[in-house]
Amino acid sequence: MFTDFFYTLRERKVPVSITEWMTLMEALSRGYISTLNDFYYLARAILVKSEAYFDHYDIAFQEYFKGIKAPAEISEQILAWLKDPFNRMLLTEEERALLDLMDLDELLEELEKRFREQTEQHDRGAYWIGRGGTSPFGHSGQHPAGFRLGGGGGGRSAIQIAEQRQFRNYRHDLTLDIRQIEVALKGLRQLKRIGPEDELDLDKTIDATAKNAGEIELKWRQSRHNKVKLLLLMDVGGSMDPFAHLCSLLFSAAHRSAHFKDFQYYYFHNCIYDYVYKDIERRDAVSTDHLLHTMEPDYKVILVGDAWMAPSELNNVYGAIYYYERNHKPGLARLKQIADHFSHCTWLNPESQNYWNEPTVFMVRKVFSMFELTIEGLQKAVKKLIVKR
Amino acid sequence: MVNDGFDKFKGSHDYVTSEALRNAVNVAIALRRPLLVRGEPGTGKTLLAHSIAKGLNKKLIVWNIKSTTKAQEGLYVYDVVQRLNDSRFGDKDISDIRQYIKLGKLGEAFASKEELVLLIDEIDKADLEFPNDLLNELDEMSFYIPETGESIVAAHRPIVVITSNAEKELPDAFLRRCIFHYIEFPNPPLMEEIVKVHFPDIQDSLLRQALTTFYSLRKIDDFRKKPSTSELIDWIRVLIASSTPDEVIPSEIPFAGTLLKKETDYAYFVNTYMKKIQTTKTIDGYETLR
Repeated sequence: MFTDFFYTLRERKVPVSITEWMTLMEALSRGYISTLNDFYYLARAILVKSEAYFDHYDIAFQEYFKGIKAPAEISEQILAWLKDPFNRMLLTEEERALLDLMDLDELLEELEKRFREQTEQHDRGAYWIGRGGTSPFGHSGQHPAGFRLGGGGGGRSAIQIAEQRQFRNYRHDLTLDIRQIEVALKGLRQLKRIGPEDELDLDKTIDATAKNAGEIELKWRQSRHNKVKLLLLMDVGGSMDPFAHLCSLLFSAAHRSAHFKDFQYYYFHNCIYDYVYKDIERRDAVSTDHLLHTMEPDYKVILVGDAWMAPSELNNVYGAIYYYERNHKPGLARLKQIADHFSHCTWLNPESQNYWNEPTVFMVRKVFSMFELTIEGLQKAVKKLIVKR
Repeated sequence: MVNDGFDKFKGSHDYVTSEALRNAVNVAIALRRPLLVRGEPGTGKTLLAHSIAKGLNKKLIVWNIKSTTKAQEGLYVYDVVQRLNDSRFGDKDISDIRQYIKLGKLGEAFASKEELVLLIDEIDKADLEFPNDLLNELDEMSFYIPETGESIVAAHRPIVVITSNAEKELPDAFLRRCIFHYIEFPNPPLMEEIVKVHFPDIQDSLLRQALTTFYSLRKIDDFRKKPSTSELIDWIRVLIASSTPDEVIPSEIPFAGTLLKKETDYAYFVNTYMKKIQTTKTIDGYETLR
């Protein structure tokens, strides 16, 4: 049942697994739901495990179920219609007599049966539910004891709810928020045993005590602490100005993350040359060579920039955009130096991947693996950074 | 048509629920799976479990997860050091290990004679492997204590509610087994209901002004931490207690410290937002001068 829905969901990138699908089938087979609305919520609760995918679910739902009116909703309406005494008055004497002859439950049973049997719209027949015919179900027809079907009902249908797409903002490939960045950066946690010895090592204690003929001897070990060191290098000024807010979010998140052993950050403009800067105005300079000499290779490096510059700035000696920089090493050589020195580096680009067609971006991508500055991109970058070399 | 036992949870009188939430809870109960609830801080995830317990008239066991919590602690703890100590200094009979085995919250839930609700609060605070460590026990609803050789099997499957703040990504294998619900931030009508539950006698005008101001504050993207439901409740409590006149609320936003908890947010609020409001006010001030 609905197997195509499963595939539609997967096409829309909702990570559904077979086990979850079987759970849904189990729930359906137990008869828990009777309307499309219920199905919408049931399937969502069972299949979608993160609000980031709620929007994808809505899209898939619309795609698959558009234009369907759940029959069960209609039988409720029929009952309501029939119970209304005003409607009975609309029937003539004979119709009323006929209606009384037919048992209501029988009629409803017949209706359900027809729903199950009928697979397409039908007009002018005597048996199927349709329009302009003489069967007891449908509308614009001629049966005295039949009743009208079709038309909207009260309340929001599941399609309307899906169409609203109220979860658009929760998608991970759209918006960036400090908390989400922190969560992504927390993927960098790598715990090792370092620091002071403040945990009781039970096994060693028992060993030592036994060796000591029963005199208690306590042995300690280091508890686990984070040993990740992060170096953040950010491009500021010029073409990066529109992304200043985004970068400041990333910076704040990294700065606040208490779980880094060491966190250092520097700024540059367009490309890294002989100096990097401690402040955004780029007045407080630190020589790049000094950085490479003093920082150990196990720092994880994240470079943030749009890699958008004149090719000469990357390739030429003295190519730096500011004449007074007078760099003897071309920018690209410096970038290669950094990539060689540190074991794990990634480049985050705030521009969407559609704009990565620039020659300088290509050149930078040859040196660093580049990811978009979205939650997904950040997660991928973090995965790259923790992979064992 | 509909299974009789399905619609068990209808919310309780002191906790306002949405249809989706009620559905999710009933699905979790019917399918006997843990219910995973996520949402912004302050949206009532913990209260949900209390409400379920009240609504179904069952006992509630709360297991508050800390960053140092290990899965084993939830099952049972074998107090080795105490036993070691007693063997040296005490005069207790230490041969019965059962004295030193203490059941954790999960163990308590399994050992209970009746069905109950187990709340595992803020599961994402713990280590990354923590949820995976619990997988087997949550599936089978039983665990084995090697020290005493006994198995604790749940006579009645507890209803498990797990809350998460989205601090960490939970492992996939764990997510597969759960029913998921995301508690969105309440929209104004739902929020009105929630406030009325806490303050049944609140004046309409005060409520309206407070809500409009609250939602307009939430629209400001520059706030690092937007005010949440619990902060709104606190703020309204203060407004009522201080008998603030209604007209003052949107223009001056008194007691903003109850709503904005971050220093940068508060500074932004005072320097930028209030100035913006005041510049529009000066025109009125000029008018009144004449």
